[in-house]
Amino acid sequence: MPAKSNDWPNAAGLAQRLRSTSARAGRCVVVMTPFFLTACQPAVLDPQGSIGIAEKTVLIDSLAIMLAIVVPTIAATLGFAWWFRASNSRATYLPDWAYSGRIELVVWAIPLHVIILVGGVAWIGSHDLDPAKPLASDTSPLEIQGVSMDWKWLFIYPSERVASVNQLVVPAGVPIHFSLTSASVMNAFFVPQLGSMIYTMNGMRTQLNLRADAPGTFLGLSSHYSGDGFSGMHFDVRALPPAQFAAWIDATRNSGPILDAGTYTALARQSMNASPFTFRAADPELFQQIVTQKLPPGPGPQTGHPNPSVSPRTEH
Amino acid sequence: MLGKLSWTAIPFDQPIPLLAAALVGVVIIGVLAWVALKGWLPYLWREWITSVDHKRIGIMYTLLAMVMLLRGFADAIMMRSQQALAFRSDGYLPPEHYDQIFSAHGTLMIFFVAMPFVIGLMNFVMPLQLGIRDVAFPTLNSVSLWLTATGALLVNISLVVGEFARTGWLPYPPLSEIAYSPGVGVDYYLWALQISGVGTLLTGVNFVTTVLKIHGPGMTYMRMPMFCWTTLASNLLIVAAFPILTATLAMLLLDRYLGFHFFTNEAGGNVMMFMNLIWAWGHPEVYILILPAFGIFSEVISTFSGKPLFGYRSMVMATMAICILSFTVWLHHFFTMGAGADVNAIFGIASMIIAVPTGVKVFNWLFTMYGGRVVYSPPILWSIGFMVTFVIGGMTGVLLAVPPADFVLHNSLFLVAHFHNVIIGGVLFGAFAGYNYWFPKAFGFRLHEGLGKAAFWCWLIGFYVAFMPLYVVGLMGMTRRMQHYDVSAWRPWLLIAAGGAVIILAGIILQIAQLAVSIGRREELRDVTGDPWDGRSLEWATPSPPPAFNFAVLPRIEAQDAYWGVKQRVRQQARLGEEPGYSAIEMPRNSPTGFICAFFATLMGFALIWHIWWIVALAALGAYATFVVFAWRDRVEYIIPADVVARIDRANRSARSEALGSPVQAAP
Repeated sequence: MPAKSNDWPNAAGLAQRLRSTSARAGRCVVVMTPFFLTACQPAVLDPQGSIGIAEKTVLIDSLAIMLAIVVPTIAATLGFAWWFRASNSRATYLPDWAYSGRIELVVWAIPLHVIILVGGVAWIGSHDLDPAKPLASDTSPLEIQGVSMDWKWLFIYPSERVASVNQLVVPAGVPIHFSLTSASVMNAFFVPQLGSMIYTMNGMRTQLNLRADAPGTFLGLSSHYSGDGFSGMHFDVRALPPAQFAAWIDATRNSGPILDAGTYTALARQSMNASPFTFRAADPELFQQIVTQKLPPGPGPQTGHPNPSVSPRTEH
Repeated sequence: MLGKLSWTAIPFDQPIPLLAAALVGVVIIGVLAWVALKGWLPYLWREWITSVDHKRIGIMYTLLAMVMLLRGFADAIMMRSQQALAFRSDGYLPPEHYDQIFSAHGTLMIFFVAMPFVIGLMNFVMPLQLGIRDVAFPTLNSVSLWLTATGALLVNISLVVGEFARTGWLPYPPLSEIAYSPGVGVDYYLWALQISGVGTLLTGVNFVTTVLKIHGPGMTYMRMPMFCWTTLASNLLIVAAFPILTATLAMLLLDRYLGFHFFTNEAGGNVMMFMNLIWAWGHPEVYILILPAFGIFSEVISTFSGKPLFGYRSMVMATMAICILSFTVWLHHFFTMGAGADVNAIFGIASMIIAVPTGVKVFNWLFTMYGGRVVYSPPILWSIGFMVTFVIGGMTGVLLAVPPADFVLHNSLFLVAHFHNVIIGGVLFGAFAGYNYWFPKAFGFRLHEGLGKAAFWCWLIGFYVAFMPLYVVGLMGMTRRMQHYDVSAWRPWLLIAAGGAVIILAGIILQIAQLAVSIGRREELRDVTGDPWDGRSLEWATPSPPPAFNFAVLPRIEAQDAYWGVKQRVRQQARLGEEPGYSAIEMPRNSPTGFICAFFATLMGFALIWHIWWIVALAALGAYATFVVFAWRDRVEYIIPADVVARIDRANRSARSEALGSPVQAAP
C-alpha cells in the first residue's frame, strides 16, 4: 500500500496519519492480510535461503544423532517396565542387584559420545552460521538497516535512499547485510524461511547476513515480545528478481513522504497494526543517529485508561 | 494519603478479571465462613498457621502450590482458547489483558506452583528420611512459608486492584522500565518476587544446614537416600542463585522507583546486563526445580521395583555434577543476541554436557527397574510417564543448545513446547508422584488408586495433545506470546493444542475427585502399618501420620535403605528389636512469628506498589518489632513427657510387628 506523494510531507501530518492508521487497523488488517499471507506458509523446515537451508541441515543432523539413542531408551523404558511387572512370573527377580561397573561405564559413555557428536555439529555450525559472518558470494551485499519500533518495522536502504515500513523488499540471489537496532524496547528480527533471527536493542547494532535464493514472498515477524502491539509486528518479505527490485527502488524513490528526523520522531510514537508504506528520500545517516541515540528512544505509552501510571491501555 | 491508589485502579470495564476475582473471593470467604462456623479457627491457628512442624509446613506449602496450580491453569486455558480463536481476529482477550495472562501464568507456575510444591515435599520428607526431628531452624521455616504465601497473595490481588505485569514472566527491560511500563503491573511482579524470594532463600539456608549438620546417628553422606542428596543440591543452588535474582530485581526496582539507570535505554543503562544476570539465576532455577523431582523418581522407582536404586554413587555424582554445571550455561537463553561464534559454541557445548549426568540418571532408573517387580501404582505410573516424556524434552533441549538450530527456534512455540515438556513432564509429574507416594504418610490414608490412574492418563495424553502441536507450529515459525495471528497453517495445530488443554483439565478434575473421594473413604483406605508401599527409607518407619517428634528414639542408621535393612532383620529374627528406653522429648514451640511477619510484608508490598509511604514505614516497623519480640522470647521449647512418647511408639511397634508377622514384645 504505497502512499501517494505529498500526501503528508511533514511530521505532524505523519503523526495524524499514524493515528488514523491505528484507528483503521482493524478493518485494514482484516481486508489486507489474506492477500499477503495466504501465499506464504512460513516454515523453518521449508527454507528458501542458503542460511535457512544450512540451519535446517544442522537441525536434522543433531536430531538424527540424538534419536539414535533416544528411541532405544524409550523402548527400553517401556520394555523393562512391562517385562518386570510384578505379575510376570517368568521375569527374574534380583532384589539386591544395584551395581555393575560395566553397565556404569556404558551409561556414562553413551550420552558422552552423543554429546561429542552433537557438540561437534554445534561448534562447526556456530562458526559457519555466525549471523555476523558475510556470505560467500560474487555479488557484493545489499545493505539494509532495520529498526524495530513500537510496533512496526522500519527498513532503510541507505545507498538507495529509500525506506519502508512493515514491508521488506529484497533482490533474490543477492546477499543482504542487515544492520539492526531498536527505537525503543527489545525485539527480534526473524524471517523463518530465510534463517537466523537476531535481537534488536536500543543503542546497539546487531548484524545479520541472509539471502533469498529465489523470488518469493515470505513472512517476517518480531520474535521477541515487545508489548501490546507485538502481535501486529509482522511484515511481508518480497524477494524480487534483481531487475524488478531495481524497478521497485525507482518507483519508491518517486513517491511517499520523506524520512528524516522529524518524520522518524512521529513514527516512533506507539501505533498498532500499521499498514505497509514507503518513504522516498530516506536520510542515510538516520540509522547511525538512532544507534548513537542522537535521536531519543521512542516515548512509550502516551494514553492511559483510566490512569497511565496504574494501567495504561492503548485505544481501540 | 493513598498514593496512586483510587477507585480507578479497579478495572470495572473488564468483566473477566472481575468475575474471576469475585469467584475466588466467594470461595475464600465461603471457606473461611465454614471454618469459623464450625469453630475450627482456634484449631487452625494453634495447630497449622503458627505451626513450626516441618511436616505441617510441608503440607501447607503443597496446598498453596495446588491452589495456585488451579489459578495458573485457568490462565493456560485462556491462552490456549485465545490462540485457538484469534486467527485473523482479535479473539476475546485484548492485548493488554492477554499480556497479563501469559505473564501471570509463567510467574505463578514457576514461583507459586513448582517452587512451593517441591519445597513442600522436601520439607515434609527430608527430616524424616534423615532420621531427625525437625529442620535446623523451625521458626524460620514458618517464616519462609508465609512469605511465599505473601508473594502469591500479591500476584492475585493484582487481578482486581490495578494490573499485573505485561512483560512476560521475566520482565526484560527496557519494556519493564517505567518509560514503557508506567503501570503498577511490573511493581506487583517485583515486590511479589522480592518478598517470596526472601522466603525461598531462607528455605535454602535452612535445608542446606539441615542436610549438612543434622543427621540421625550413623547417617553418613553415602547412606543418605537419593532424595536427600537432591534436596541438598537443589538448596545449594537456591543459596547460590536466589541472591542474584534479588539483586537483579532490586536494580530494576531502583530504576523504576528512584530513577537509576541500570537497564534503561538512557544514561548508559544496559539491557544485556539484565539478561545475563536474570539467566545466571534463571538457569540454576530450572535445576532447583528438577533435582528434587529426580530425587522423588529415584525413591519411587526403587520402592515400587522392590530393589535398591541402581548405581547410587553414580547418581550422587550426577546430581552434584548437575548442581555445578547448571551455573555455566546461562548464555544459551540468548544465543540470538549476537555474541559471536566462539561464545555461542562454548555455551552451547557446556549446555549439552549437562545432558550427560542427566542421561546417566535415566539409564540408572532404567536399570533400577531391571530385575525388579514393578507394581503399577500411581506414583510409578507418573515416574514411567516422566522417563518417556523427559527424554523427549531433553532431546529438544539439546537441540536448542545447538546455536544454529536455536537461531531459527528461539522464542518460538518450539521453545515453549520444550520447557513445558521438561517442567510438566519432569517437575510436575515428579511432584504428583511424590504427592501420591507420601500422601498416606502425611494423612494416614492412601489416595484412591483408580482415580489416580485415570488422572495420570488424562495428564499424560493431554500433555502430548497440547504440546506436540506446539513443537510443530514452532517449526512453522510461530513465535510465542502472540495475541493474534494471520497464518492459516498454524490454526489447526493451535486448535488441537486447545483440545489437549481440555484433556489436562479433565486430569485436574479427576485429581480433585481423587482427593475428595479418598477423604470420604478414608476408613477403607486407612494405612495402619505406616508402611503402605513396603518402603525402604526411614519415613516409613514412623506411624502415619508421624507424631510431632517423628521418632521416639532417633534410629541408628547402618546402611543405605535404612528401614529396608531393619525390616529384613526383623523378618529373619521373626521379632522386633528390644523396646528402647523412652525419655522426654523437647520440641520447638509453635510461633506466630512467620504469619505476623508475612502480614506486615503483605501490607508493605502492597503499599510499596501503590506508593503509600506511611503504610510502608508502619509495616516495616511492625515486621521488625515482630522479629524483636521473637528474638527476646523466653520459652523456646516444650516437653513431650516420656510416657506419651512411649504410648505412641508402642502403638507403632505393635502395628509394625503385626505387619511384619512377628510377635509383639511385652512392654517392660
